[in-house]
Amino acid sequence: MPPITNTGAMRSPAEPVNDDTQDLAAFSCPLPLPARDRILLGHGSGGKLSADLLKDVFLPALGNPVLNRLEDQAIVSLDGARLAITTDSFVVKPLFFRGGDIGSLAVHGTINDLAMGGAEPLWLSVAFILEEGLFTETLRRVVASMHQAASSAGVPIVTGDTKVVEKGSADGLFINTTGIGRVRNGISLSASQAQPGDAILVSGFLGDHGIAILAEREGLQFETQVQSDSAALHSLVAHLLDATREVRCLRDPTRGGLSSTLNEIAASSNVGMELNETAIPVREEVRGACEMLGLDPMYVANEGKLVAVVAASDAQKALQALQAHPLGHDAAIIGHVRAEHPRMVVMRTALGTTRIVDMLAGDQLPRIC
Amino acid sequence: MKYLDEYRDAKIARGLAAEIRRRSTRPWVLMEICGGQTHTLMRYGIDELLGNAVHLVHGPGCPVCVTPLETIDRALTLAAMPDVTLVSYGDMLRVPGSNTDLFHVKAEGGDVRVVYSPTDAVQLAGSQPDRNVVFFAVGFETTAPAHAMAILQAERLGLKNFSILASHVLVPPAIRTLLNSPRNRVQAFIAPGHVCTVVGMREYEDLVSEFHVPIVVGGFEPVDLLEAIRMLVVQLEEGRSEVENQYVRSVQYEGNKAAQEAVARVFEVADRKWRGIGPIPVSGLRIKDSYALYDAERVFQLGCVCAEEPAECISAEVLLGHKKPTDCVAFGTRCTPEKPLGAPMVSSEGACAAYYQYRRHAVAR
Repeated sequence: MPPITNTGAMRSPAEPVNDDTQDLAAFSCPLPLPARDRILLGHGSGGKLSADLLKDVFLPALGNPVLNRLEDQAIVSLDGARLAITTDSFVVKPLFFRGGDIGSLAVHGTINDLAMGGAEPLWLSVAFILEEGLFTETLRRVVASMHQAASSAGVPIVTGDTKVVEKGSADGLFINTTGIGRVRNGISLSASQAQPGDAILVSGFLGDHGIAILAEREGLQFETQVQSDSAALHSLVAHLLDATREVRCLRDPTRGGLSSTLNEIAASSNVGMELNETAIPVREEVRGACEMLGLDPMYVANEGKLVAVVAASDAQKALQALQAHPLGHDAAIIGHVRAEHPRMVVMRTALGTTRIVDMLAGDQLPRIC
Repeated sequence: MKYLDEYRDAKIARGLAAEIRRRSTRPWVLMEICGGQTHTLMRYGIDELLGNAVHLVHGPGCPVCVTPLETIDRALTLAAMPDVTLVSYGDMLRVPGSNTDLFHVKAEGGDVRVVYSPTDAVQLAGSQPDRNVVFFAVGFETTAPAHAMAILQAERLGLKNFSILASHVLVPPAIRTLLNSPRNRVQAFIAPGHVCTVVGMREYEDLVSEFHVPIVVGGFEPVDLLEAIRMLVVQLEEGRSEVENQYVRSVQYEGNKAAQEAVARVFEVADRKWRGIGPIPVSGLRIKDSYALYDAERVFQLGCVCAEEPAECISAEVLLGHKKPTDCVAFGTRCTPEKPLGAPMVSSEGACAAYYQYRRHAVAR
């Protein structure tokens, strides 16, 4: 499988839009026929088809040394300062869900893409695409939520734009946010820097966002108390980077979940990874919902978690720093980078055996029996 | 999680594996029938735990895999019709037909939906009376009752715009075909627990008395499967052949009578073609003439669609347990889940896909 790299700078929609009964298919990565003349929902899934779009359409036309790095944010230099720039569009359905809404998600998502580059977020822009007929009160609620999210993160929204399209041309409302931040001195984080021996950490329970969203969708009759973990992670990152400079890479495992993020890092750094199944934090409710729906929490989206690859010498220091922060209370070391089986993520199961944890390619559609 | 964690308990699992290794005097060849069981064996690395004590080969029990290519082409034809809403289980959307798949038909404007339950498709038909709702119904004996119930429900509601494209296969005729093959090497079977929950164990007794082969009805968690393997090894070592039930928390001897009655009202046994294997006599279910109004093949007069499988694929050998997925020269190179050459690489429950997804690190290349 070719390396698949997610890009914040050229990211396609985080949550494909379609009507409710089809959302499960959209939630996972539709494969396998090669895309030919039309865009499929799978092109927005962050998996193989998204990578194909980058390779075949975007990079040939737009490629340049900054864009070609394909990190979650672009890092550029200006008068000696290093700036991080990222942009992201939000098309989540439903607009409101347990633990958040499209507005707070749009603020958090872009802040997080900056934070994963080791940047302090400075400013945000916001652009709305509104569908004719949308209730003004709905927009008001979303904007109030954005204000709340941006001000508690301390990152002002400094410019914006609004467009309205005819009824039927958008699903209520879509939001794009762009963020600019300043990269800390001496910090250089990249998915290509993982080295054998490094520890792999996650900042808390996995799968909360994806399950909270699924629970809201029609056609899936289950109830859960699980809330989206949507949160701005820049202060957690600052706390971590204050504690250790031995962080090689930070990523937020959104679309495609932990497995996609780890596979991207493994491919980018040409290393293997070994995870310890029993160390991976997943809430009991999320495990239960996943069992029922035939999903694997390793592939379910998160919006307030980070994955850190840290030099072995500083792994404990990093873990303690994460755990000391409210957003990292349940952080854990879940595995290590290996020289063996390069570009493969291997799980040591609870039974002591091993198996591969693959890119999202087929396990996330509902099972027949 | 209660009723799950105890069946994934590492200590119990390792204890069972040790007992199997101790009791096994030669590498017995066992087959698990169901793709769900194959999936568990690969996902938990049960083969690693067992070493050479038993040799596990994988059966034809993946419904998505054995659905004939021409049936998938029929579904694609239906999905492309402007007045049809095609509804199915998620797995079916990615299964390639001869030229395209349902995701592509959807992108080209076809109305394709995913549901968890066929009764959701009936509801959909009720809520959009101006469209023909076709449920693409694949599966073994396990899903047949729900599909029968959907038709009975549509009948009760007087719906004229609901039909199903049915592709049902039955497990015992497949086991019989396998045991009759001169190249058969399987010495004992793990029977599919969900199928037996519906149909009971009687048909498996017939197989045992005909072929003198041990059969244990097994569940789907690691401890279930290890326990079933242990029970089979004990039978083999003692020279017995009986039907035993490991999955007692779900399977009763008589099965589920209400489910059987629903199936018998709507379906009748018929010859069926299995993708990768070919035609097997009386190995499937077809919709009875009295319910022809709900049979999409007849409602839409789809006729004969012929389709050819890629020549390189050895799926028949894999589905019959003659070969392992990794014996195929195309495995993992020219044949992957993204570009499957044949049936068992198509669905997550297919044996080739399970090997590819979980075990390819352990395959010497």
